Amino acid sequence: MNTERSEVTGATPASGAPLLDIRGLRIEGFADERWNPIIKGVDLTLHRGEVLGLIGESGAGKSTLGLAAMGFARAGVRFAGGSVRFDGMDLLTMPEWKRRRLWGTRMTYVAQSAAASFNPAHRLIDQTVAAAVREGLKSEAEAIADAKALYAQLQLPDPEHIGARYPHQVSGGQLQRVMTAMAMSARPDLIVFDEPTTALDVTTQVEVLMSMRKIVEEFDTAAIYITHDLAVVAQMADRIKVLRYGEEVEEAETREMLAHPKQDYTKSLWSVRSLRKAADPSEDVVLRAEGIDAAYGNRLKVLHDVSIDLPRGRTVALVGESGSGKSTMAKVVTGLLPPSKGEITFDGAPLPPKLKDRSKEQLRRIQMIYQMADTAMNPRQTVGEIIGRPLTFYHGLKGAALERRTVELLEQIELDAGFYDRLPGELSGGQKQRICIARALAADPDVILCDEVTSALDQIVQEGILKLLMRLQRERGIAYLFIAHDIATVEAIADEIVVMYQGRVVEQGLKDQILAPPHPDYTELLLSSVPEMDPDWLTALMERRRAEAGGPRP
Amino acid sequence: MHPVLRTVLQRFALGVLTLFIVSIIIFASVQMLPGDFAEAVLGQAATTETVAAFRRELGLDQPPVIRYLDWIGALAQGDLGTSFSGRAASGVDRSREVADLVGPRLLNTLFLAGMTALIAVPLALFLGITAALKRDSLYDKAVSTTTLTTISFPEFFVAYILILLLGALWPVFPSLADVSPGMPLWDRVYTTALPALTLTLVIVAHMMRMTRAAIINLLASPYIEMARLKGEPPRRVILRHALPNAWAPIAAVIAFNLAYLVVGVVVVEVVFVYPGIGQLMVDAVSARDIPVVQACALIFAATYILLNLVADIIGIVTNPRLLHPK
Repeated sequence: MNTERSEVTGATPASGAPLLDIRGLRIEGFADERWNPIIKGVDLTLHRGEVLGLIGESGAGKSTLGLAAMGFARAGVRFAGGSVRFDGMDLLTMPEWKRRRLWGTRMTYVAQSAAASFNPAHRLIDQTVAAAVREGLKSEAEAIADAKALYAQLQLPDPEHIGARYPHQVSGGQLQRVMTAMAMSARPDLIVFDEPTTALDVTTQVEVLMSMRKIVEEFDTAAIYITHDLAVVAQMADRIKVLRYGEEVEEAETREMLAHPKQDYTKSLWSVRSLRKAADPSEDVVLRAEGIDAAYGNRLKVLHDVSIDLPRGRTVALVGESGSGKSTMAKVVTGLLPPSKGEITFDGAPLPPKLKDRSKEQLRRIQMIYQMADTAMNPRQTVGEIIGRPLTFYHGLKGAALERRTVELLEQIELDAGFYDRLPGELSGGQKQRICIARALAADPDVILCDEVTSALDQIVQEGILKLLMRLQRERGIAYLFIAHDIATVEAIADEIVVMYQGRVVEQGLKDQILAPPHPDYTELLLSSVPEMDPDWLTALMERRRAEAGGPRP
Repeated sequence: MHPVLRTVLQRFALGVLTLFIVSIIIFASVQMLPGDFAEAVLGQAATTETVAAFRRELGLDQPPVIRYLDWIGALAQGDLGTSFSGRAASGVDRSREVADLVGPRLLNTLFLAGMTALIAVPLALFLGITAALKRDSLYDKAVSTTTLTTISFPEFFVAYILILLLGALWPVFPSLADVSPGMPLWDRVYTTALPALTLTLVIVAHMMRMTRAAIINLLASPYIEMARLKGEPPRRVILRHALPNAWAPIAAVIAFNLAYLVVGVVVVEVVFVYPGIGQLMVDAVSARDIPVVQACALIFAATYILLNLVADIIGIVTNPRLLHPK
């Protein structure tokens, strides 16, 4: 019993020996009736109080490795070789009930989607303290008092009472902080952060990052920080390990890695962020929205007097945090949500506000691409059917002509005719988004509304999609209304930028104008929240905001 | 007013409205029954005048709309009307109130349904939860196969097998569930054991499979993975993290099965000669005893509506999104 106790509570820090030592780890996943390698012999060493960043594109095995560091394998995944030693204990040979006693106490996990990772049926405070109380590390009263202190430290509003709420009653950014408090509750030796801010807005992300970094430093906790965002990992990690196809590409101290990446793959990751097109002004407006007010139902007014001009063959980016009305604006333009006030003109002629009043020709000329390519396609239709449908509907193509045109479109999006008979489930995320682009192109539109089309994709794939969109714009003169919350993406593709906040346009103009100071307050907040590759960026920003808030906090 | 209370009241009002619409459908359907009670009772020999007089006495000469309004008006005051049977051409009137006819039969049916539910619902939940806990194990497969087998047989077949096994070969329980009013509770339980067991075997599979599926469906969700990563043992993962979120579909399928126990068991009643409401309705249909038929049909409809209402309410109060709005 005594030895078990010390395993759960943590022995005195062993000097010198690493906290976590992974050697030659191999992991396999079951798919297509056989076991396929996911992690192919990775070593990882982590010392107490150290933060290791794990980066790579999706499918690189980052999450699998992060979970394996806790000795955890998801359903359909198995350990195939190597060892994981945590504080001298071999996690892989240990019986599961013993490992379970370490989980939630000495090693904890912060998941990507806080909203999905909290149990909707229980109050936040109960979920925060469950593990520490279960293992008898603290009495329930102590654990609750401690949790409230952590809430306060993580700058949650009303730390005394927020714990009494249910998960659906607080925002995503707050939930992510509560989850950090949950991970801290038992004062673990190791926290695995699995893309904890990927689902958040930039403005929220930066606050959550600040809270996380402060608390990890305060308790000198070791952490593995998984992300695909280089700028974020640059702020959080002492060392960075780059993964690709389940293998280590390289590992180095953060500054060294940012300044001198050695491998070509790492260099390509770094270069993505330099994609940028020169803004090209134009007065030839193809789509004009004037004084748009819109509301859901009778009560919730979302847009207030929004006016946007979209020049022919140019890109206007609509930026702002979630809830700022960007997607609602897209719905108004497509006619899905008729505005309560204001008018949209298309190519000089007024566009009927309701979808059903628009002619087939008007429908054809405005197309849309969505954030989730997955859910925007019928999983039971082949690529040929998906792209062929608008060709038949708008252009009346049939038979051999239809097939020829479909293959042409596939070539335009840089996929070959071999994709014709594939189903969406057989495509990667980037390929799916390309099919959605081809489907929009099939109508031969003048305007495409792009709603966060790259935000679900990795940086390298993002770059490919952005380059494709730019090329199509050059070749075919399509105008994009490009909705995004990621400023780096916007910098790459936009000619003009419209900044929205709480349903109003804050600022509007050419890209260079908007991005150059001075800015209105909200634009300033938005731009200053975008993480930069400089590892000192977050520290500097924390200092600056603290100074602005009136001196250091107690 | 708390939004949950408002939703419940809304559902209740909708239930009453549904019942009203159903009453119209019942009345219209009964109108379409072939034959006529007066002719059925009086026989071929009756003169046209006698038939007409008899019809007038029963109110059958009125147009349907008037008769419907009379019926529904009396119903609203709690009066189910008077049975047609017990009258004869001779003018002797031994007819009884519908409520007196239906009441004891309904109590019998509710007793059998209640007894079955007391066995079947806990059994189904237990089997479903344990099967989910040990999914894909031998135990899980055995439970699934067994319950699937019992649900695959027609219920009268299950009934006869049980009679053969527990009534004839090893006479543990009586084969005839011949209950009478004033019987002591324990005797009643003993007498109705075989029909209750039969019905249990028929309904357990459905509820058990839904419980298992609803829980397993949730096991893939991120918050279950989170619970495991917090070191929760499997039993707590199922009972504390999955089950509270699975009540709505489980309650819906339990309500459906309980409703079946009230309205759909006439075959089992016939096999065990059990005096339930199902038999009463079948007899009333063949005797063209319209008030009894209508009363039974309305009770059946009310049962369905009420039980589904309860399932809805369980679904609402176990969903914190609805119970604790933002």
